Amino acid sequence: MRQKTERCVVTFRTTAGAMAMESACKGLGLAGRLIPAPRSVTAGCGLCWAAPPESREALEELVMKKHLDVDGIYAIIF
Amino acid sequence: MIYLDNAATTRTKPPAVAAALLEALSSCGNCGRGAHQGALSAARTVYEAREKIAALLGCPRADHVCFTQNSTQALNIAVSGLLGPGDHVISTDLEHNSVLRPLYRLREAGAVVDFVPADSRGRLDCGGFERLLRPETRAVVCTHASNLTGDAVDIGRVGRFARTHGLLFILDASQTAGVLPIDMAAQNIDVVCFTGHKSLMGPQGTGGLCLREGLEVRPLAVGGTGVQSYSESQPSQYPVRLESGTLNSHGLAGLGAALDFLNETGLEAVRAHEDALARRFYEAVRGLPGVTVYGDFDAPLRAPIVTLNIADCDSAEVSDELAERFDIATRPGAHCAPRLHRALGTEDQGAVRFSWSYFNTEAETDAAAEAVRVLALEAAEA
Repeated sequence: MRQKTERCVVTFRTTAGAMAMESACKGLGLAGRLIPAPRSVTAGCGLCWAAPPESREALEELVMKKHLDVDGIYAIIF
Repeated sequence: MIYLDNAATTRTKPPAVAAALLEALSSCGNCGRGAHQGALSAARTVYEAREKIAALLGCPRADHVCFTQNSTQALNIAVSGLLGPGDHVISTDLEHNSVLRPLYRLREAGAVVDFVPADSRGRLDCGGFERLLRPETRAVVCTHASNLTGDAVDIGRVGRFARTHGLLFILDASQTAGVLPIDMAAQNIDVVCFTGHKSLMGPQGTGGLCLREGLEVRPLAVGGTGVQSYSESQPSQYPVRLESGTLNSHGLAGLGAALDFLNETGLEAVRAHEDALARRFYEAVRGLPGVTVYGDFDAPLRAPIVTLNIADCDSAEVSDELAERFDIATRPGAHCAPRLHRALGTEDQGAVRFSWSYFNTEAETDAAAEAVRVLALEAAEA
């Protein structure tokens, strides 16, 4: 298995929320990608946005500015 | 990409499906709305799809094949349209949320629902149906095969149980229509709910329910049907009784072409190919260190699904590595099957599901098994 690294992970209540986040991040050129939600941040299924840990502040700003429907923002090792 | 998430949807369709869809996009009017060539073209397309589904699933009448967007909608119509407060319903731990949530909602409305339990290997105790029987039992609602493990339910036995005790038998065939034999009449099934985009290899947005004659199903939605327009109530005749609004004639044209492909290829040939690939993979991974495979592979009939975990690795992480490093598409997590995950003890870890279609190959299967071997070895060394 690959080396685990720290990531900033954003979880969502809906797939539409994840798509909105991806669209917003792509629009601003923010690094990250959609991954299956790890068990440490969600029960069940779904997508989450995984980004470098240093992007947390930018992501939080983006969530506020665009009123993105997120469930939580976490720092995890994945 | 090696696509092994066919239990979610078949990604590769027979070429004739896309051709039929494109043709319908430029030829179909609105089914049942007018008598011009466009409307008639749509009506004929939709009716031909009804006939093909009826023949495939042993539905006695083509006009008792009612189309919906998917099997979830069909199951909601069947559950809410046939059952109500005071009824007792028997279901199983193998169910998908498309069955569970309508049943839980029915329970909130005053019905009682019991589930035949699955053991820690995911196996159903078929004697459980008899044990759960009550005087007020009205129906059995169950899947034909688990979308998590691929294990099949003996629907012939369930149908005989339902018939013996005068119960309705509502079958969720989401994972099996086009794979395993289904015959409503011979197997005593009252309602078969199906989706078009999985093993039937049609477009998304197609599905439906097949009804035996004489069932009185309350419609979930009422509205425009193109007929009996001055009546304030929904027509009582099938299929319009359950088909308010414009049908997806474009998608159903594609579904019709997919059914032609299945019939021309032969259902048994399709099933044998998919089953052989799934079992080939199973044999390659079952003995790998740290790999746990779920489900009953001694059973001769099952859906082409192999679900596993590697040691205690997060299934999301394994699936992401399969995608990123090996370009293999699988499905991790809970698969909308919460009761079976609890039974298997995988509620926290989830599981990684591999699922095959007719268009997968031995080479793809072997590559997937090799990827699992690499990840299992790496996990063991970590």
